[in-house]
Amino acid sequence: MSGFIEVRGVRKAYNEGQPNMFHAVDGIDLDLRQGEVTLFTGPSGSGKTTLLTLVGGLARPTEGRVHVDGEALSSLPERFLTERRRRLFGFVFQQFNLIRGLSVLDNVMLPAYPLAPSHQHLHARAGTLLESLGLAHRQNARVESLSGGEAQRTAIARALINDPPVIIADEPTANLDSHLSEAFLAIVTRLKAEGRTVLLASHDPLVIKAGVVDRRVSLRDGRVVG
Amino acid sequence: MHHFLNRQRYLLDYTVAALRRRRAKNLGLLTVYTALVFLVASVMLFSHALKREAALMLEAAPEVVVQKVTAGRHDLLPAAHVEALRGIRGVRKVEGRLWGYHFDPVVAANYTLMVPSDRKVAAGTAILGSGVAEARGAAVGDLLSLRTSNGRALPLRVVEVMPHESALVAADLLLLSERDFLAISGMPAGFYTDVALSVAHPREVRTVAEKVLARLPDSRPILREEILRTYAALFDWREGLLLVLLVTSGLAFAMLAWEKASGLSADERREIGILKAVGWDTGDVMRMKLLEGGLLSLLAFMLGFVLAYAHVFAFGAPLFASALRGWAVLYPEVRLTPAVDGLQLVGLFLLTVVPYTAATLIPVWRAAVTDPDAVMR
Amino acid sequence: MTMPTAKSHRPGNPVLALLTFVALMFVGVLVHAAWASDATALANRERVRALGLTDLCLSTEARYTRHLSQADYHTPFQDHPVALEHFPSGTLIAPPPHLRHAPLSQ
Repeated sequence: MSGFIEVRGVRKAYNEGQPNMFHAVDGIDLDLRQGEVTLFTGPSGSGKTTLLTLVGGLARPTEGRVHVDGEALSSLPERFLTERRRRLFGFVFQQFNLIRGLSVLDNVMLPAYPLAPSHQHLHARAGTLLESLGLAHRQNARVESLSGGEAQRTAIARALINDPPVIIADEPTANLDSHLSEAFLAIVTRLKAEGRTVLLASHDPLVIKAGVVDRRVSLRDGRVVG
Repeated sequence: MHHFLNRQRYLLDYTVAALRRRRAKNLGLLTVYTALVFLVASVMLFSHALKREAALMLEAAPEVVVQKVTAGRHDLLPAAHVEALRGIRGVRKVEGRLWGYHFDPVVAANYTLMVPSDRKVAAGTAILGSGVAEARGAAVGDLLSLRTSNGRALPLRVVEVMPHESALVAADLLLLSERDFLAISGMPAGFYTDVALSVAHPREVRTVAEKVLARLPDSRPILREEILRTYAALFDWREGLLLVLLVTSGLAFAMLAWEKASGLSADERREIGILKAVGWDTGDVMRMKLLEGGLLSLLAFMLGFVLAYAHVFAFGAPLFASALRGWAVLYPEVRLTPAVDGLQLVGLFLLTVVPYTAATLIPVWRAAVTDPDAVMR
Repeated sequence: MTMPTAKSHRPGNPVLALLTFVALMFVGVLVHAAWASDATALANRERVRALGLTDLCLSTEARYTRHLSQADYHTPFQDHPVALEHFPSGTLIAPPPHLRHAPLSQ
């Protein structure tokens, strides 16, 4: 049986048609199984982040295809791609990318707005998520006032609000101290236990050594090297 | 339907939360926007209501008024002229009128003195317009002293004060007997101020006017349709000037609004990237921005209009009052019958809500069609 | 659907309330205008008819602003028909059109 996520001959070119064109991802084939934690490692510029954006449907590959759950994401029209992205993936960005000026709760509920669930249910779900992440007491705080760890947990809650099967986290521990990094890995363990597929990109030794990781993929210059 | 409404409410939640971040700036924008709508709507409502009321009331004005012109100026009309106008076909009634102006140094106001044709005012008495009564603080039974042309004081007993509601046509009127009018105005007997002709058929008015000119080449007939046209054109011309002034402030506002609406800051661009990355599609982002622009402009439009309505119809348009009053002491409190012209309302809506809302959309389109992976970089 | 136990605060709610309030006022104003009685204007029309009045009493500072339609050719806007006028009312009131256009055929 092929993987839950299939990456076939994927390349991504930037600055196409210009002298400084380069391939951030240069021909990658991968099969990722459901429920596994996969870690992409490699020096900066190796294409980890680009690969995650391609898998997560944030960008389209220049060549090749990405299949998720048997469907070719890379060839879907924009509208449907957005819908799949919302349903399948939760993102935790390196800079967290919370929307400033809004409360923790409002930030967490954002991805659900287009689905228009009943406000009570959404509110309750966001509350439960924040509570499970130890942020219940901060839910009405503005996100600017959060510490790094709190901001990340808010971002994780936001990634989980639509209950997606896949969580994608780019350099999740880059802005955290080792204590908070451990806490993050504990959350990943929980996500895995819930049956979610987790894709991480990191070059943090703490993450690389972590026992929760099922599979490590090394990248260099946009290619898989091990 | 329920889903649709839910969605709009979520978008509204987001929009409001986003607007609240720059509370002072957005409230300022709303205030300026509302003030602008208020001014433009006030001009529109005031002029429309005034024109409408004028058309309604002056429909009853005399069909033709004939003045005598001497050396290019309105002059007194000898009684012989009145006689000369009798017998023109189609003229039902010919009436020499006695009226004129009187400056009252006591309150420094101008009155319009008039000998009414529909009633007999006894010598030594007067009927006052509401403005005159207020200016002089006079009530029925009081004595009002006016200076005659030869410098004597002429006491008139007030027998009636016209109701307040009549101010728009009669605030400065002072109705009195012919004897007293001649004494105060100094007009020689046997002369009239002008002649009012009542014409049976509206179609005959022009023919009558031509016959008047043929019989009295030194006269000038003023037709009721000209009077009505005067008031239909009232404001049109200088209202334009007023609006030009408003246009300048409107342009200043447009620049501000454009900067606010169309200038997409790096922050906002990033925000749109985040929204797209977490699962909003381009349509959601556009709807959210549309809601933001629509909310602000719709609030300003309705609020400005309601305030203008109150200003014009409840408070008597004090902003224009000062311009209309000018140097005059006697000024009727203009209580206009509320009237809204649907076309003007639609025009105002199109001029205010639509451009601003559209302006918010232009840059968003550019930002929204780009891939959301920008937030990862 | 169950009623929310804890009152959830939505940022849109106060604005929605404000919008509804303003919209009601707006509609109220339109209804008020539609229902407004012309009684005063009609009563004034009878006064106009009875007294043979020709003009609105908008401004009493000069005879050509008091009786706009009766002003002779040379009185209003003494320098030029479109010159700015020294009375403030001149900025709001145009000279009668029949003064600016050809008078009745002579």
